Amino acid sequence: MTATYETHEHDVLIIGAGGAGLRAAIEALANGARVGLVCKSLLGKAHTVMAEGGIAAAMGNVDQGDDWRTHFCDTMRGGKFLNNWRMAQLHAQEAPERVRELEQWGALFDRTESGDILQRAFGGHTFKRLCHVGDRTGLELIRTLQDRGVQQGIDVYMECTITRLIKDGDRIAGAFGYWRETGRFVMFKAKAIVIATGGIGKAWKVTSNSWEYTADGMALAYEAGAELLDMEFVQFHPTGMVWPPGVQGLLVTEAVRGEGGILRNRNGERFMEKYDPKRMELSTRDVVARSIYTEVKEGRGTPHGGAFLDISHQPAEYVKKKLPSMYHQFKELADVDITTGPMEVGPTCHYMMGGIRVDAETAQSTVAGLFAAGEAAAGLHGANRLGGNSLSDLLVFGRRAGKAAAEFAGTASAARLDAAQLEAAEREMLAPFEHKGEYPYEIHRDLQETMQSLVGIFRTEEDLQKALHNIEELKPRLDGVRIDGSRMFNPGWHLTRDLRSMLLISEAVTRSALARRESRGAHSRIDFPQLGDEWGKKNNLIVNRGGTMTLQQNPVRELPEDLQKILAETK
Amino acid sequence: MAGAGMGAALEAQSEATLRVFRGEADSVGEAVDYRVPIAPGMVVLDALHSIQAQQAPDLAVRWNCKAGKCGSCSAEVNGRPRLTCKTRMDSLPLNEPIVVSPLKAFPLIKDLVTDVSWNYKVNKKIPAFQPRAGVQWKMDQRDVDRVQEFRKCIECFLCQNVCHVLRDHAKHEVFAGPRFFVRTAGLEMHPLDGVSRTKLLKDEMGLGYCNITKCCTEVCPEEIHITDNAIIPLKERVVDEFYDPVMMLVRKIRGA
Repeated sequence: MTATYETHEHDVLIIGAGGAGLRAAIEALANGARVGLVCKSLLGKAHTVMAEGGIAAAMGNVDQGDDWRTHFCDTMRGGKFLNNWRMAQLHAQEAPERVRELEQWGALFDRTESGDILQRAFGGHTFKRLCHVGDRTGLELIRTLQDRGVQQGIDVYMECTITRLIKDGDRIAGAFGYWRETGRFVMFKAKAIVIATGGIGKAWKVTSNSWEYTADGMALAYEAGAELLDMEFVQFHPTGMVWPPGVQGLLVTEAVRGEGGILRNRNGERFMEKYDPKRMELSTRDVVARSIYTEVKEGRGTPHGGAFLDISHQPAEYVKKKLPSMYHQFKELADVDITTGPMEVGPTCHYMMGGIRVDAETAQSTVAGLFAAGEAAAGLHGANRLGGNSLSDLLVFGRRAGKAAAEFAGTASAARLDAAQLEAAEREMLAPFEHKGEYPYEIHRDLQETMQSLVGIFRTEEDLQKALHNIEELKPRLDGVRIDGSRMFNPGWHLTRDLRSMLLISEAVTRSALARRESRGAHSRIDFPQLGDEWGKKNNLIVNRGGTMTLQQNPVRELPEDLQKILAETK
Repeated sequence: MAGAGMGAALEAQSEATLRVFRGEADSVGEAVDYRVPIAPGMVVLDALHSIQAQQAPDLAVRWNCKAGKCGSCSAEVNGRPRLTCKTRMDSLPLNEPIVVSPLKAFPLIKDLVTDVSWNYKVNKKIPAFQPRAGVQWKMDQRDVDRVQEFRKCIECFLCQNVCHVLRDHAKHEVFAGPRFFVRTAGLEMHPLDGVSRTKLLKDEMGLGYCNITKCCTEVCPEEIHITDNAIIPLKERVVDEFYDPVMMLVRKIRGA
């Protein structure tokens, strides 16, 4: 049976080729594994390419007082202590070495006067900590990793989409997918799999995410039996473009505020004075996003329903040098010269703190042989991620996942690929060609409307219940969805599979948000506006029980004494 | 305020016609007209998405970020190689159809999507960054600036598409194209790199085929000075090393 599919065999298969996937691939290869890397798009186009502001690493090149302890404390405080403390510790300790490694592989960061890597200020970080390349840090990171990985000998499968993970008993055995170009099916045998597929931003209408961000990896892992953690925590970046309509949601880097940008409402008031007078514009993202949202809601928004963000008090040459893509983005897409006037910005769905529950040391999920890293995994960021902590997350835990996956594969025997599972995967993909329902684009639009209006920055019991109801109604519509044309490079067909993942994970988000009856970090309940003491001790967990989505709470792991001491000292 | 002139320019025009190439690798293909409602600030990629959602759900378009940062949505708009996500509808004459076709220098897959895998094969030939032995990891910003220009490249391959050595003469076997001269320049001029790639440039990347017509520079959305800052300095390096024995001698003496 399996002989009828094109088949590739690897020790470690990595799904997703952004920063986490590439870093995992490089490490797995360095640990002697045969590595395959599958990506939905062309290599080098993953969302990492859009990261702008920088990589947080306590190198102390600019502020000598910085060290991993402060970075650890900032991360925990930003995450409102729901973080997995061990991940936060490893992340803070290992990030500087991961950055130096990038430099040794050819990355070129901006420099200090003395020739070291320059670091800039960012929201929630006590010290100037973000290593950066103007406002295109992600491009530098992905290009460096991509070239390194390809030179070292990773097999890359571009424009290939995994639609199912295949299991052998309790462990991972491989993956089933299809080639976008031809529509033909392909299968991968693997002893270990690393999921590095990013988040779910495309389930919201206003988002900074590209089309790929459809929760694939979280859905694949959940369907394979892995647990999902902290799914209610969706980050709305405070500053996305609000106008013109076609670019609504497009990211305006936090580096604008890092370089001194000031937020004002339509009356010219510097409103952050009201919400966080100490940290002002460099408060954490959850706070700044809520502040802008509130200003607009209370009638003090800009003409297109946002806030003004102004960097024009800095010299024009400096702005063009430190924020070149912002300069061009506004000039070309909105007719605004940011060196002479303010930008209009508003919150945009940006990042998923929740995701696949993993072990801190190995990044292994609750399924043997299945690992996850980057945005697809959960734990490091808790209830809110600090800017700059994502790129460092990709490197630190991408490396750990790659290493552990290679070690796992080294001791695992070859798994068996079950023909029945493969056939089911094929049937699932071909079914829409038989149907005569609506186009998938309409279902996607309706899901985005639901998530945007009912599962946004501010939430209520009533809205969330309504969202669950809407998601339920979308499921049968998706079952009857219609495809026109052939299997060759067919975006409509592709969207039907993406929608399946988005519906599933949107439901997980909504259920978790309903359960958490408090406001914490990125999760704000109008009906429960305070931090709840009890909820501070619990993480929400989504568990697949025989195909039924169930919710349970796990106690937050208590901090060991040495870390408690560090936290107490830096208060 | 933001884009005050934008609405006015489009007021008279509420719809536009896109004439989009439709076809697959083995077919002849045809240009199909679609009417699309237009909104302020709209870009060509928005119009293509609107066609996908309403009229042609299987229209193949490659795109990712829609922010000019990933270089996926390259196509030819009214005959000019562009990123469709950065091509504003109000920058085009809307009283006639906007013609959108796939890149010409690469084989067609379907509609606006071409097979650009050749580029990835070329890239593989270029030796990676290799630090000189015992380097200190200190660099001056001025030295970094020069190389950062090359590292801005988003691999949209518009320069490859417009280069006549590839587009008109199909020298893909012997010529690497501007994108990879930029990449090589980024490595060669890295302040701490210790590898020479001049022989590769001469023998395998076909640098000599470039006769500096600057077509690549004109279409680069990142405004990289491909010809002046990458290709010409690389040509000089090749000449110095392989065609100028006097300079070689001088360098040998000075270097000693």
